[in-house]
Parts: sequence; structure tokens; C-alpha cells
Amino acid sequence: MTAAILVSIFMTLAAAATPILLAALGELVTEKAGVLNLGVEGMMLCGAVAGFAMAYSTGSVPLGLLAATLAGVAAAMIFALLTLGLGSNQVATGLALTIFGIGASSLIGAGFVGRTITRLGPLFPADYAAHPWLRLVFGHDAIVYLSLALVLAVSLFLRRTKAGLILRAVGENADSAHAIGYRVLAIRTAATGFGGALAGLGGAYFSLALTPMWADRLTAGRGWIALALVVFAAWKPGRLLIGAYLFGAVATFELQAKAAGLSFIAPEVLAMTPYLATIVVLTMMSQGRRTGGRDAPACLGKPFPAP
Amino acid sequence: MSAIITRRTLLAGAAASSALPLVGARAQSPFGVGFVYVGPVGDHGWTWTHDQGRKAVEAAYGNKVKTSFIENVAEGPDAARAIRQLAQAGDQLIFTTSFGFMNPTIQVAKQFPKIKFEHATGYQRAENVATYNARFYEGRAVIGTIAGHMSKSGQAGYIASFPIPEVVMGINAFHLAAKKVNPNFKTKVIWASTWYDPAKEADAAKALIDQGCDVITQHTDSAAALQAAEQRGVFAFGQASDMKAFAPKAHLSAIVDDWSGYYIKRVKEAMDGSWKSGDVWGGIKDGMVKLAPYNDAVTPAARAAADEVQKGIVAGTLHPFTGELKDQKGVLRLKAGETASDEMLSKMDWYVDGVQA
Amino acid sequence: MLEWRRRREPSKAMLYLSPLIAIGLTMLTGMLVFGAIGYDGLRAVTAIFITPLMEPQRWADLGIKAAPLIMIALGLAIGFRANVWNIGAEGQYVMGAIAGTGVALLTHDMTGWWILPAMALAGIAGGAAYAAVPALLKVRLQVSEILSSLMLTYVAVQFLYYLVRGPWKDPDGFNFPQTKMFSGSQTLPAVAEGSLVHLGVPLAILLAMIAWFVMSKTIAGYAVRVVGRAPAAARHGGFDADRVTWAALLAGGGLAGLAGLFEAAGPFGQLTPQFPVGYGFTAIIVAFLGRLSPVGIVFGALVLAVTYVGGEIAQSTVRLPSAATGMFQALLLFFLLATDVLVRYRLAWKARPAKVAP
Repeated sequence: MTAAILVSIFMTLAAAATPILLAALGELVTEKAGVLNLGVEGMMLCGAVAGFAMAYSTGSVPLGLLAATLAGVAAAMIFALLTLGLGSNQVATGLALTIFGIGASSLIGAGFVGRTITRLGPLFPADYAAHPWLRLVFGHDAIVYLSLALVLAVSLFLRRTKAGLILRAVGENADSAHAIGYRVLAIRTAATGFGGALAGLGGAYFSLALTPMWADRLTAGRGWIALALVVFAAWKPGRLLIGAYLFGAVATFELQAKAAGLSFIAPEVLAMTPYLATIVVLTMMSQGRRTGGRDAPACLGKPFPAP
Repeated sequence: MSAIITRRTLLAGAAASSALPLVGARAQSPFGVGFVYVGPVGDHGWTWTHDQGRKAVEAAYGNKVKTSFIENVAEGPDAARAIRQLAQAGDQLIFTTSFGFMNPTIQVAKQFPKIKFEHATGYQRAENVATYNARFYEGRAVIGTIAGHMSKSGQAGYIASFPIPEVVMGINAFHLAAKKVNPNFKTKVIWASTWYDPAKEADAAKALIDQGCDVITQHTDSAAALQAAEQRGVFAFGQASDMKAFAPKAHLSAIVDDWSGYYIKRVKEAMDGSWKSGDVWGGIKDGMVKLAPYNDAVTPAARAAADEVQKGIVAGTLHPFTGELKDQKGVLRLKAGETASDEMLSKMDWYVDGVQA
Repeated sequence: MLEWRRRREPSKAMLYLSPLIAIGLTMLTGMLVFGAIGYDGLRAVTAIFITPLMEPQRWADLGIKAAPLIMIALGLAIGFRANVWNIGAEGQYVMGAIAGTGVALLTHDMTGWWILPAMALAGIAGGAAYAAVPALLKVRLQVSEILSSLMLTYVAVQFLYYLVRGPWKDPDGFNFPQTKMFSGSQTLPAVAEGSLVHLGVPLAILLAMIAWFVMSKTIAGYAVRVVGRAPAAARHGGFDADRVTWAALLAGGGLAGLAGLFEAAGPFGQLTPQFPVGYGFTAIIVAFLGRLSPVGIVFGALVLAVTYVGGEIAQSTVRLPSAATGMFQALLLFFLLATDVLVRYRLAWKARPAKVAP
């Protein structure tokens, strides 16, 4: 295997990891505030179709990304209205949001099937972006860099800022946070909206960068992997980054191995590993919890005020 | 509301017609043709090509026919329900267009002996159930020829779904044709284990390109592999329909499924009473498999060779599977000069030498 | 100005009325939305919600579609009442079918009345055993059953793919990924000669009646409800929350497994990769639609079945795309969840009128 192939593999890997990282990072913030939104796949599809429709109509990929973000927020707001505004069950509402996203994106996208756009290209000039190995660092598109910056930003926000502390407090103990005077529902709505925005952006990464087209169910289940990843990462942004790139690496290496004529593991076994790994992590975390470490937001999925 | 009431009256008529000969109002009503699709008509792949066929039927017969379809039907009990629903709604000829609709089609056909059914890609037939399929492997032989001429590295990448005979014979036909041009040709196969996952198909294409393949072809549903080839500056082929719009430079040609001729013919036969069950396996000669216009990049030599293969197949002088043919393990599959029977093709589960699957 | 006021007691009337309000709102919204984008909205809504109920030919379809939803939702509702959130019923459904199919493949050359009951038992055991994993993780390690059961669903589906593409592939099936067809002794009989309705449909109704009896007339049912509503009080009353967790998950898994086996031995007659169609997730919707009560679940499953069957009718008659069916189901659920608020709150005029008009 030559260096050129390794560089190329890394580029593919980063591209495969980015949409999952984005969606998972959004969901992480949502869950940190105590809201479990299972509708990630639906929000991603809304973002994917809105992004493509806007980019195709206007010829502008940045406008497409903006539209995708807004579409993700809009979908998340349906969820927020029901679960936070009317106190409905989060699990059921999230599932409904996924059904909604699949249906709505298919209806909106019907007119865009069979079309394509110029995909989102590398951020830096070709001298760097096409360089044999400098492109490892400079060859990615803007969203890849944005996703990395967002990991850092979210990590700092949650750990170092007062707003982040409040957000976590709302997720850990909504009643106490309310008693101190924080507006639990407003904070949760904002966190849900942020989750929607990143899910929408992650969805648009498919339709604008990876495979610049629209086809039904374009994201093919990546939203569920994002959900698993949040748990796998124990709600820590840094681990999320590692998890997403690990996922991208496993998927990419599997294909590379097959292309090189090696097959040593059943594809089904490989496909179930992220989920099995997540269960293992869940188990290990709970062991850690007994010794004082705590990871899952205590109020995750619980309505406020209690019914 | 009146439309609904009319339909319900029509349904009562349909129920009665299974016992009584058709009379009166029914004779004037348009001939109902139903389609059951496995994917959405917006997949721009398999289902889309069948829906183009349905539209061709409408265009050919106008008011004399009334077509309807149900899309996104899951293979299994849901399919039986969808087929039954079209039968009960008065459709007299029903096309079911996925392999997994086989058992449901046979099952529903038993309940409706007067209605005619056509099942694509299956092998079970009945008095009122015909089967039909296209010889896509003929198209694979043509694009394999082009690939043999156009590949500089002598390696093609093939993104495949599942090792069913349909897919296996396509891989072999492609490789045999390319090998005729370049005896050292290699075909590397990646089993994607899915018919549809655009991001994965694109990544598979990239992996194949990384491993030295400079021509990509696929037996999965989306145009993602073509886009990846375009991005990397290698060649590729479209699947099921002309996909040039997705990859203007990479797209050398495409195997185009064209069901319209068959559908128009069978609807006519059903209308005039000459419809008979049977098995039709149409190829380039019948217009069921077509090649999309060649890209400007296709060299004159490659064009001439591809045209030659097409002509040979149409004239019957060339069969993509002609002996002497050995599989990877060295087992003699066809003696010198022998051609593969349809039965051999429909059960194919071995790979020819030079295929890395 | 209107405002929400919390009711002192949850409204009984609204408990039953709100699903009807939700269905009405769904029909109205659907009519307007699909009318606005160029379809015949009235005909579309009629085809989806009314036609399946008016055509006797469709009733068998409704029963077949509703049966697995009823069975899974019954099990889930027991858990939901006890605050046990098993959302991995899809995986338990698949595992039940796999276990039952294992028996079927072992007994393929045999005949006898005992084969089908043995398959059913294996189905229950397979689903329950798979639900035992989240139960164990929850009771012993406090791992959230929401996450573990969801993750296990994907593992089960991949396991199914592995079996039908590998060891369980029908050797005479042209390499297509599917198992052998079940034999006559392994197939659920129809309720009547020539009927499409298999034995699983009346059994689902029977199970609903049993569940109603257990939940409302026995101590065990009372324990489940108490643990769900007031865990602390339950502990004082001597009810063991861990045991309720076990019971809820095993019952949910067992019922989902049985539903999976019935589907495999009934309408499918074999296992294929297309076997999981999301009943386990749809059943969550059904459980909420039925307000977690067995009788309500039967109706909830029927409503969902109507939208599936009606969606196909709307496709073939009004040319409504299949995506629209999903939209109707999502709308229905949104409205249902939204109108749930009417059970606990009521709209009232604000006591003090606004002092200044805007």
C-alpha cells in the first residue's frame, strides 16, 4: 500500500465521518439538556432535501447549506413544540419525526430526482488541496473543518462556559435548575434547535458534498448511527470525534480490503459492530458510575414538568 | 364523493365478473393495467425504468387503457395485498416488477384466474402468470468491451449488490468481454451488500480507484459511483438508465432498461385476447436492453469493437458466454464452441478466471 | 385570552375523545396540504381513511396488518405503564421469528400437530431472551433500556441478514437470500377455508382480552401500574421495581417474538431480508394511539392498518405518492401526541381580561 493510497483512504474516511459527527454532535447537545430526540434520521433527510433543492435552484452551495440548517431547525421545532410545549412522550415523538422526515423529503424531492449540482469543493486553493500529502490537512471541504471546529466549540461551551453549565444542569436535574430560576423549557428548546441545525447540516453533506444529488432516503440510516455514537462517546465531544472517525475508518477499510481482494469478516458482523460496541460502552460506563463517574444526563428523556 | 361511489359500483362489477362474462358498461370502460413497484418511482433506477414503460403504455393507447401503480411495496405479505388490491380494483393485467414479488404474485393469481399477471425476473409461472426479464448480460458484454479498450491499468472495479445469478452473470459477461480485448484484464468486485446506499456506493468506487481501477461499473441502484468516478477522473458506466447528467466526463455509456416495447405488446395482446403465459427473456435484439450514446472520449477503436459486439449479439453470431470457458477453480464449464444455455445462466454461481470476487 | 389550566383529575372523556380529535385534525390537515400541492385532497383523505373500512374485501387485509401491531403494542404498553421503555421490539420481533424458523428448519421433513406450537414457543422464548438483555443491563447495571434495546434491534436485523444470506439460505433458491418455504405443518392455518385471515388474527384479539384482564383485574397488573406511577410508594407497598422491570421486558419481548413467529409462519411462510418492516416501531405509535390500554390498542392498530391499506388505495386511484402515507401517519401521531395535553389540561378563558387592547 503506497502513501498515496493511505492519503486517499484518509480523505474518504474523513468524508464518511463528517455527516455522522455533525448529526451526533447536535444530538449530544440536545441530550445534554435532557432531551432525547430519536428523529435524527428524519431531520437529516429534511436537511438533505432542502439543501439540495436550494442549491439546485439558486446554484449556490452555501445557500443550500443555510437552507439545510434551517430545515433541520424547523423539523426540530415540531419536536420541541410537542415534547416541550405540550409535554408529549419524547420517544414516540422522535419516531414520528423520522417518519415525517422520510415522507416530507420524498415529497419535496420528487421534482429533483435525476439532477445534480457541482459538489462542494476543497476549501483551500488547489496548490495545497491537490498536493500529494499536504491535502491530508488542506484537501477537505469547508464542512469538514467546520465540524472539527464545532467539536472544539461544543466541548469548550459545555465545560468552560456558564451557559454550558446551565445547559448541563437542566439535563441533570431540571427541577433544581428551575428552582434556581433557569428557564428549563427555553433552554431545552434551544438545545433541540441546535441539534436540528447540525442534523440538517449533516444531511446536506450527503446531498451537497458526498453524493451531489437527491434520491429517496439518501442518508440510508446514518441518523441511527449518529444516535448510537452519542452513547458510545459517553456524551463527550472529544470521544464523539474519535468515535465518528473510528466508524469512518472501519467502513472505509472494509471497502479497501474488499477492493484488494481480502475478505476476512462477514459484512453483517461488521455492520452490527457499532451497535454492539455502544452496548459495551454503556455497560462499562455504568460500572464507572458506581465509582463516582457520571455520564448520561440524569433527566434524559424525562418530561418537565413531571406529568 | 361521486367519484368514489362510481368506483365502488365498478368494484361490485369486478366482483361479479369473475363469475359472469363481461357485459354492458364494462365493455366501454378503459382496460385496466396495474403495476406494483418495489422502490419509489423517483429512484431514477430500476423502478423508474418500469414506470417509463407504464407511461409508454398510456401514450400508446390513450383512453383505451387506464394504468395505475403502487410504489414502495415491501417484498412479502404487503406485496400480496397491493397486487390483490389492484386486481380487485378492476385491473385486468398486472405487472409485478421485483423478484421478491414472485410468491405473492403466484398466490394472488390463483385467486383471480381471469386476470393476467406478469412477474419480472422470476421463474415461477402459471396459466395466468407469465414471466419476463431482460438479458442485461448482453449490455454488460458491450460495456466490458469498451472497458477493455479504455482502461489503461487493465483493471476495472465492479460494485455489486448480492451474489444472485443475475449479478454473477453480469460480472462474468463484463469480464469475458474485457478479457477478449486485453487478455490480462482484471475485474475487482466489491460486494456492497445493499442495492441502495449512495454514500457507501461512492466510497466503494473510491476504494476501487485507490486500488488501481480506472473504469468503474456497478450493479447497484444509484448514480453515486459515477459521481465518484467523475470526481477522481476515471471512467464509469450508467446503470438502468442514461446517467450522463451525473458524470458528463466519466460516463462512457450506460445499460438502459427499456420495458416499453414489451409492455405495449403485452397490453395489446391482453386487450385482444391473444395473451398467453410464457417466459420472455429479451435482449438487445428485442430493444429491451439498449446502450446509451457513447461518450466523446470513447476511442474509435473502442466504438467499432462495441458496435461489432452489439451487431454480433443481434445477429446471433456472438454469445457473450462461448466456450472454451473455465471457472476460477479450473472447472470446465463450456466446451470449445459451446454457448451457455439459458438454464445455465439463470443458475450461475461461479466466476470466470480473472474476476476477483 | 385563552390559557391552559391543569385539570385536577385527568379527563376520562378526553382520554377517549382526543384520539378522535387527532384523526379528524389529520384528515383536515391532510386534505388541505395535499389539496394545496395539486392532489384531490378530499378524494385522497377518503381513500386513505374511509375506503378501507367501506370495502369488505379490505377487511381481511386490515386484520392481517393489525395483528402483529396489536400483539407487540400490548407487550410494550405493559412496560410503558411501568416506566420501562422498551423501544427494541423490532429486534425482539425478528429474534422471535429467527428462533421459530430455527425450529421450522430442524423439523422441515417432519409432520405433526406439535410442530407449530413448538415454533410458537421458540418464538416467545427467542423474543423474551432478547429482551432479557436490556432487562439484565437495567436491573444489574442501571443501563438505560431505551438505548440498549434500540441498539440491539440493529444487531438482530444484521443477524437475520447473516442467516438468510449464509447458513440458512435455501439451497434450491438460486442463491437468493431467503430460507426454504415452510411446510404445511409449519404454516399458520387460515381461520376458514379459503380465507386470507390466519389464526394469528383472532389470537391477537384474544391476547388483548387477556391483557385487559391481567392489567385491570389482577394484583400483578396493579403492581405494574403502581411502580410506573409512584416508584417510591411501590417500594413501601412491597412491590419490587426490579421484578416489574423483568416482567415488563420479558412480556414485551415474548409477545413481540410471538408476533414475529406468526408473521413468519403466516403471511411470509419463510424468512427473507425484507422480513423486518418496522412493526416494532409502529407498535410504539399504536401503544400511544391506544392510550396504553388493551382495548385502545386494538383500535389503534386498526387505525394504522387503515392508513397502510388506504395509502395503497390512494396511490392507485388518486396517484398520491407512497410518501404521502408516511406523512399522514406522522401527522396522525403528531396530532395525537398534541391532543394528549387535553387529557391533563383544559383550555379556559383567562380570569383577568387583558387591560389594554393591542
